[in-house]
Amino acid sequence: MSAVALTLDQARYVNKAFWRNPARAFFTFAFPLMFLVIFTSLLGNGTVHIGTLAVKESTYYVASMAAFGVITACFNNIAISMTFNREAGILRRIDGTPLPHAAFFASRILHATFVAVLLVAITTAFGRLAYGAHVPSGVTLLRFLVMLLVGAASFCALGLAITAAIPNADAAPAIVNISILPLLFLSGIFIPFGNSTPAWILWIARIFPVRHFAVGLQAGYLGTPFHWSDVAVVAAWGIAGLLLSVRYFSWEPRQE
Amino acid sequence: MSAALESPAVSVRGLRKAYGSVEAVRGIDLEIPAGEIFALLGPNGAGKTTTVEILEGYRSRDAGEVEVLGCDPASERSRLKPRIGIVFQSTGVEPYLTVRETVTMYASLYPRRRPVDDVIELVGLAEKRDERVVRLSGGQQRRLEMAVALVGDPDLLFLDEPTTGFDPAARREAWEVVKSLAGLGKTVVLTTHYMDEAQYLADRVVVISAGRVVAEGPPATLGLNEHDGVRIRYRPAGGAAPPAPFAGAADDNGFVEVHVDDPVVALHDLTGWAIEHGVPLEGLEVVRPSLEDVYLALTREAEEGGTE
Repeated sequence: MSAVALTLDQARYVNKAFWRNPARAFFTFAFPLMFLVIFTSLLGNGTVHIGTLAVKESTYYVASMAAFGVITACFNNIAISMTFNREAGILRRIDGTPLPHAAFFASRILHATFVAVLLVAITTAFGRLAYGAHVPSGVTLLRFLVMLLVGAASFCALGLAITAAIPNADAAPAIVNISILPLLFLSGIFIPFGNSTPAWILWIARIFPVRHFAVGLQAGYLGTPFHWSDVAVVAAWGIAGLLLSVRYFSWEPRQE
Repeated sequence: MSAALESPAVSVRGLRKAYGSVEAVRGIDLEIPAGEIFALLGPNGAGKTTTVEILEGYRSRDAGEVEVLGCDPASERSRLKPRIGIVFQSTGVEPYLTVRETVTMYASLYPRRRPVDDVIELVGLAEKRDERVVRLSGGQQRRLEMAVALVGDPDLLFLDEPTTGFDPAARREAWEVVKSLAGLGKTVVLTTHYMDEAQYLADRVVVISAGRVVAEGPPATLGLNEHDGVRIRYRPAGGAAPPAPFAGAADDNGFVEVHVDDPVVALHDLTGWAIEHGVPLEGLEVVRPSLEDVYLALTREAEEGGTE
């Protein structure tokens, strides 16, 4: 089989296993939708000011929760499932087969990206029906899709990279959450930035990829300006994640 | 064909490996002909797993020459991978796929494949083929791992402690599977710390202890190298006292067991005396040292030698 065929074939098996673990599949999809309903119920009637634009809170949260969903499906899922697979010896076994490492990584990234796209589609449809959110179309849609795919792949790569810092499967959820949850708050995902947002928070948001990714997706939903620089920052983080993975990814369980 | 048969599946010279200041493997030589079921026997921590992991390409070596199927596992691992199958000491497979899906998935990774259903049949999981892995028993999962290791039609199969933690019935089943592999003409390298496993399965056994080879040979002849040698066991009727070389303290059941240098000569002398004096020798038998006796004696010697 060619490397491409092997990748697709592997992704198919990953997909099968994903849906057969109902708890995992359910929560991957339920979390963003649940938060969307909670945040819009709490704050839905207010407005968010982005530049000169005034946006309904509910619409703002459709964009935010789409970004949140992608990050959960890619970064969190890959980091936790890879650590589990590593500790269960599944990676060690795979490493003993002729499957090229690149095809292994590509299949996992491909599958997580597929789940992320599905999640964004569901979040968008739900936002449209429940809150009358704008659905991207035309050139806006194309730019939106570029941001979505670059973002999904980049957060997958970062998820692979962080496994090197996770000592065992039990520690995986805690380490994943401590690395991403504060960043989600500091990037305006859960609570929109206002005029009084402190400068240090804005700097953190500028350095890390979450804010850039969310802003890129907002352009699709809210009609805010789209900057290719946001795509570039997210992609740079993705490439850094990939390089770190190539260097530090471990196929061997850490603890006996 | 004949050239392939003549070249050994595994050839190791002067293999050494240390972890920090601990020398796990201290100069091991091995030669495993193609088609042999070979057992590496030794207590826990003897260096078995380290040795096998170097052969499989998982671990680097500090010194020595290693050739597996004509490849150096350290530098030519990708050439070796399609030709070997491995059953690990403790690994898993994806829990949410079925038996058949799992075996099919692993088959797709190999250039040469055995038919998936045949392999599932061979390991005795035909009735479980549509069951998800998560619902299999421990023994069944182990057999699935054997199927996964076999489906790429490997020339060489590594089994690292394949039955550790099995109940007796599951061990028997696993043994039958390994025995049936011999029929396929595969070379099998087995590590174990169970004497009976090596005795039952292996054509040849190498005993290692403290990182060195302490004995080598077919399981049946291994015992003959042991200095304590052969014993004769019998119960003299009516409390009769046999002559000096055969006298010994009787156990609770009245049996006497004595070490002899040559069992043929010894039996001749003993039975000659018994006929002459009209003393029946109940339960007379020649007891060869079991592999376990040899193994314990050898590993004890090696450990004592190592600490001196």
